[in-house]
Amino acid sequence: MAARVIVIGTGPAGVRAAEELVAAGLRPTVIDEGARDGGQIYRRQPAGFTRSYETLYGTEADRAASLHETFDALKGKIDYVPNTLVWNVTPGTLHLVSDEQYRTLDFDALIICSGATDRLMPVKGWQFAGTYSLGGAQVALKSQGCAIGARVAFMGTGPLLYLVAAQYVKAGANVVGVLDTSTFVQRLRALPKLLALPAALGKGIALTGILRRARVPVYRGVRPLEITGTPANGVSGLKVALQTGVPFELKCDAVGMGYHLRPETQLADLAGCEFIFDQAARQWLVQIDADGRSSVKGVYLAGDGARVRGANAAECTGRIAARAAMSDGGMKTLDTSALKAELARLTRFADGLREAFPWPSRQASLIPDDTIVCRCEAITAGELRRVVRDTGAREANRAKAFSRVGMGRCQGRYCAHAGAEVIAAHASVPLSEVGRLRGQAPVKPLPMALVEESDE
Amino acid sequence: MSGRFVRLAETQRQTFSITVDGIPRQAAEGDTLMVALLTSVKTLRDSEFGDGRRAGFCLMGACQDCWVWTSTGERVRACSTAAEPGMSIVTQLSEASAAYVAEVGIWPRA
Repeated sequence: MAARVIVIGTGPAGVRAAEELVAAGLRPTVIDEGARDGGQIYRRQPAGFTRSYETLYGTEADRAASLHETFDALKGKIDYVPNTLVWNVTPGTLHLVSDEQYRTLDFDALIICSGATDRLMPVKGWQFAGTYSLGGAQVALKSQGCAIGARVAFMGTGPLLYLVAAQYVKAGANVVGVLDTSTFVQRLRALPKLLALPAALGKGIALTGILRRARVPVYRGVRPLEITGTPANGVSGLKVALQTGVPFELKCDAVGMGYHLRPETQLADLAGCEFIFDQAARQWLVQIDADGRSSVKGVYLAGDGARVRGANAAECTGRIAARAAMSDGGMKTLDTSALKAELARLTRFADGLREAFPWPSRQASLIPDDTIVCRCEAITAGELRRVVRDTGAREANRAKAFSRVGMGRCQGRYCAHAGAEVIAAHASVPLSEVGRLRGQAPVKPLPMALVEESDE
Repeated sequence: MSGRFVRLAETQRQTFSITVDGIPRQAAEGDTLMVALLTSVKTLRDSEFGDGRRAGFCLMGACQDCWVWTSTGERVRACSTAAEPGMSIVTQLSEASAAYVAEVGIWPRA
């Protein structure tokens, strides 16, 4: 096949994809936004830091070490382009920016391993300084050795809620509470699927053991009501309704918050890939086949950026997508049936996690009108509902045009899912009918100097 | 003013000075600018939409809620910028610079 194969991302999917390509004799270009490989989950600490793999990655220390070692060994055999943002995709061409330098790269095959970010449901007061995404709270600790506050509460749902809380406890942080919107019963119902991977289930249960031994209060089935605080000084506490309906208040100076993850799909969108609505997860996903092929010839997806199934699945799908790209390019490739059998187990487990820790979609209809939905531009649920009422906007992009929800500089990453739920609930239409916000280039704000130059 | 973030590990690193709103503060080698700032002060910037001070959100370059200004007028994303000796950072815009930002706009025009 033609040699121009590009991998975007150096998390578990990107590294395994690159490894497969190199093993077959190709020299791929590997582009990464980060300064160091590892992606978010196996993010490396800065040079000079001394914590061990066991401290940083816990039960996944061996996996992290293997991935880092693999990438180190690949470095002379790939064209590695770190610190570089892919800000647009046009047919056959990537548009890159690094250090205010602009360039393009043509590809015959593109494997997008763009990862995932936290999926957020707004709560009144979440714009206050001291509210962070769960992933962000984890980055502070893993990459910088810091806690996000002196009294930290974690709220939301999903495996990351318990993982980050346990990591904070082990690092010596003051964790004042874990507030989970999902219930024990939901977890029990998901058990048959979670048993697809007994070892992973055991690791999850061990996390709750760490919290119990540290006497961190864990509340399940809560309904978030408010993050209290002031515009000047930020977070001072948290209010929820407990499962019994009883109001409950907690004093804290930081909240780590998230409801599982959502794929970063902007690049696939700009590449022209078709999307499908996943009713179970209540979100739009890039359409892919069993080997990661998108609807666009030569564009493949792997890892959590395609389907949120976790790091081990990302390693599998990275390998599978690389083999698909090579096979489509006319190369002989290895059989993928063993990888796909493992992926099937991992997928069943991931389905179980989604059922055990469901996205709390009904909260969207309950959030008060004065709650900010779009943090970028401080636009409230009430304003979005007014737009739905006054303009009849039912479709996400139309509602965005009138309300500006999703137009801010995060480009809807943290408000689009909740915003769509607010629209659907207020207009009484199925979520799928609201559609999804179209991706826009640049996928992230560009350095100012570049913007000035491109104006000339 | 005390900081927001609490250092739990890697506390033996060499430190150096940066300036935050004109006041010298200590940063450690390997700190991101965000960590260097938030271990000294509680917030990073004013929301342009009047809802108060902000201190970032995602720490992974996705939310763009941690933009700060250097004293020479350069905008940087604090979570993905390394702190360097001698940096001078402004977290509170003067009225004059706020007026400039309002007029010129801070959004990418591309």
